[in-house]
Amino acid sequence: MHTVAAGYVTASMFVLGISAYYLLKARDTGFALRSFAVAAGFGLASTLCVIVLGDESGYTAGEVNKVKLAAIEAEYHTEPAPAGLTLVGMPDDKAQRTDYAVKIPWVLGLIATRSADEPVTGIDDLKKQFAVRIRNGMQAYAALARLKAGDQSPQAKADFERLKGDLGYGLLLKKYTPNVVDATPEQIAMAVNDTVPKVAPMFWSFRLMVGLGLLLLFIFSASFYFLVRKRLAPQRWLLKLALWSIPLPWLAAEFGWFVAEYGRQPWTIAGVLPTNLSASTLSSGNLYFSLAGFVGFYTLLLVVEMFLMVKYARLGPSSLHSGRYHFEQTQTQAQAPLPALASTQS
Amino acid sequence: MLFDYATLKVIWWGFVGALMIGFAVTGGFDLGAGMLLPFLGRNDAERRVVINTVGATWEGNQTWFITAGGALFAAWPLVYAAAFSGFYIALMLLLFALFFRPVGFDYRSKIADPRWRSTWDWALFAGGFVPALIFGVAFGNLLLGVPFRYDDTMRLTYTGSFFALLNPFAILSGLISVAMFVMHGAAFIQIKADGAIAGRAARAAIVAALALCVLFLLAGFIVNGHVEGYRVVSMPGASTAFVPTDKTVVQAVGAWTDNYARWPLTRLLPLIAIAGALQCAWMSRMRVPLAAFISSAIALAGVILTAGVSMFPFVMPSSLDPASSLTLWDAVASRKSLGIMFWVVIVMLPVILLYTGWVYRVLRGKITEADVRLDEHTLY
Repeated sequence: MHTVAAGYVTASMFVLGISAYYLLKARDTGFALRSFAVAAGFGLASTLCVIVLGDESGYTAGEVNKVKLAAIEAEYHTEPAPAGLTLVGMPDDKAQRTDYAVKIPWVLGLIATRSADEPVTGIDDLKKQFAVRIRNGMQAYAALARLKAGDQSPQAKADFERLKGDLGYGLLLKKYTPNVVDATPEQIAMAVNDTVPKVAPMFWSFRLMVGLGLLLLFIFSASFYFLVRKRLAPQRWLLKLALWSIPLPWLAAEFGWFVAEYGRQPWTIAGVLPTNLSASTLSSGNLYFSLAGFVGFYTLLLVVEMFLMVKYARLGPSSLHSGRYHFEQTQTQAQAPLPALASTQS
Repeated sequence: MLFDYATLKVIWWGFVGALMIGFAVTGGFDLGAGMLLPFLGRNDAERRVVINTVGATWEGNQTWFITAGGALFAAWPLVYAAAFSGFYIALMLLLFALFFRPVGFDYRSKIADPRWRSTWDWALFAGGFVPALIFGVAFGNLLLGVPFRYDDTMRLTYTGSFFALLNPFAILSGLISVAMFVMHGAAFIQIKADGAIAGRAARAAIVAALALCVLFLLAGFIVNGHVEGYRVVSMPGASTAFVPTDKTVVQAVGAWTDNYARWPLTRLLPLIAIAGALQCAWMSRMRVPLAAFISSAIALAGVILTAGVSMFPFVMPSSLDPASSLTLWDAVASRKSLGIMFWVVIVMLPVILLYTGWVYRVLRGKITEADVRLDEHTLY
C-alpha cells in the first residue's frame, strides 16, 4: 500500500510539474490550472497516505524485523525506553556508535513501539540473540542430517522439532563451512556479523526518502494553499520548484526500495532462507546477458520515452488538434480576449 | 476436502492446460495480428486498422499468460523453478520481445514520420513472432526432455545451453506454434476488419492453416517413430507427497503414444486439431469469419491437448537423469495449496469468462479506416 500510494504521488508530481510549466509560460492557463488543481489535491492526499502507511510499515518492521529497524535508526545499543530518535549523524559500524548525532529524546520509542515503556532493541542485544539462534540452528541442522540418514528414533525427531525454528540461522554458516555443524567460534562470530546490514547506507537512504517525502508534502500543501487562496500565479518560486521536483518521487521510491531490499540482508525469507542459498545455479554468463539486455533495453526506452514526453509536454493540449489551444492560435487570436468573454462584453 | 490428493493433482494438470488454451485462444490472436501487421496493412491507415483490431483487448488477453505463469508458480513450483532457470536465455528473449508490444502499440502513432512508424511496425512483428516461436520451441524441448537433475538436497542443476534448445525438432515445434497463431490472428482480423484487409487476412488464414496441418502431421510422425518418450516404471502412491527422485523412469521410442493406446478416445485430439485447421481454412475461403475463428480456436486447443496428453503424466522430463523428471504427481504444491486454489479457480474462472465475454460484446463490430481517422488521438 505504501508503494501504491507512492506511485500516485509520482504521477501527481508529474502532472503538477508540467502544469506549472504551462503556468510559468502563461499559455493554456485555463487548462493548466485545472490539471494543477487535480494534481495538487490528489497529490496532497496521496502524500499523506504514503506517510501514514510508511509509519505503519515502520511499526510492523519494529515488531517482526527488529534488526532492520535498528539499522535504519542506527540504534547500536539498547537505550532505556522510550528511545531517542537520531535525526542525523555519522554511523560508525566499527566503533558501534553514531558520531555528531543530533538526537530528539523519546521520539523513536514512541514511533516504533507506540508506547512509552517498551525499549527499542539495539544491535548489540540483537546480535546476542542471533548468536544463540545460530548455535541452535547448528543443532537443528545436525538433527536434520540424522533424520535424512534414516534415523527414525523419537529422540532425533524431538531434537529437530524443538529447534527447527532456528534451522535458517544455522544455514547462515553454510557460507563459511558446508557442513554447518563443525563451525568454529570465529565462523559463528562472522555469521553473527552477517545478520546485521551495514548501518550507514540504511540510515542515509531512509533519511533521504523521508526528507524527500516531507519536501513533497510541503510542495503539495503550498500548491493546494495558494490554489485555494487563488494566489498561485505570483508564486513563481513554487511553480519552478514544482517543475524541477518532477524526478523527486522517483528518487524517494528508489531510496525506499533500497532500504527494504538491503535491509533484509542476509535473508531472502527472514529467519528461514539466507540469500546466498536461494540463488539459482545459472551461470554468470547467463546473468550478464539478461542484465545487459535489461540495461540496454530500458536505456533505449528511456531515450524514446523522454523524447516523446518532452515533445508532448512542450506541445501541451495543442497536440489534440482541437483548435482551442496555444499553438493552434494565430498571434492576433491569442492576444484577443476569449470568444466567450468577447460576446458577453458586446 | 472434496477430492483426494491424487485427484486434485490431475485436476490441476487440467487447469494449467486450460490456462494455456485460454492464453492461446485470446493472447494468440494478438501475437498473430502482430506478425501479420506488416503484411496485411499496405499503407499507414490500413496498418492502424490492423493494430486497432486487437488494440482494445490485447492487454486483457495478455493476463492469461501472466495467470498461466502464476498458476505454474503456485501449483507446480518445481516446474516453474526448473523451466525458468533451464530456459533462462530463451525466456529472457521472450520477455524482451514482449516488451516491444506495449511500447510499440503506444509509441507508433505518436509521430507521423514513416520511418518511425515502420520501425515500430517491425518491432510489433518481432513482438508477435519471437514469443510464438519460443513457446513452440519450449514445447518441442519438453517432448524431447531437457538436461537437469536434482541432488540429494533437491538443488536443481541444469546442464543444457540456449543453442541446444534450437534443435531441428524444437524448431519444427516452433514453426507449428507460429502457424497456429498466424492462423488464429488472421481469423480474428477477418471478424474485426473489412474490405481489402479482411480479404488478405482470409488468404493468410488459409495458408497458415494448411501449413499447420502439414507441420503437425510431420511432428506427429517424428514423435511416434523417432523421439524417445518417457515412461514411469514405478513411483510411490499418487495420493502421497514425494520428491521426483523417488520414482523410476525409462526412455523408449514411442512411449509418447502409450496414452493413446490406453485411452482410445484421446486419439480424437490430433484429429480435432487437423479438422479444426481445415475447417478454419474452408470457412476463411467461404468468408464466414466467426466460424473460421471458432474453428481456429478448436484447432489450437486440439494441438495443445495433443502435446499435453502425449506427455501425461510428465510435465518436464529430464534427459540427463530420467528419475529427476517432473510429473504432475511429484512437481506439485501441497494438498492444502491445491485445495485452496481449486476453490479460487472455481469461483474466479467463471467471473473472468463472464466479464471477458461482456467486454468483447461491448467492443463488437468492425474497425474501419474511418474509425481510425475519427479517433486519431485515442486509438493506437
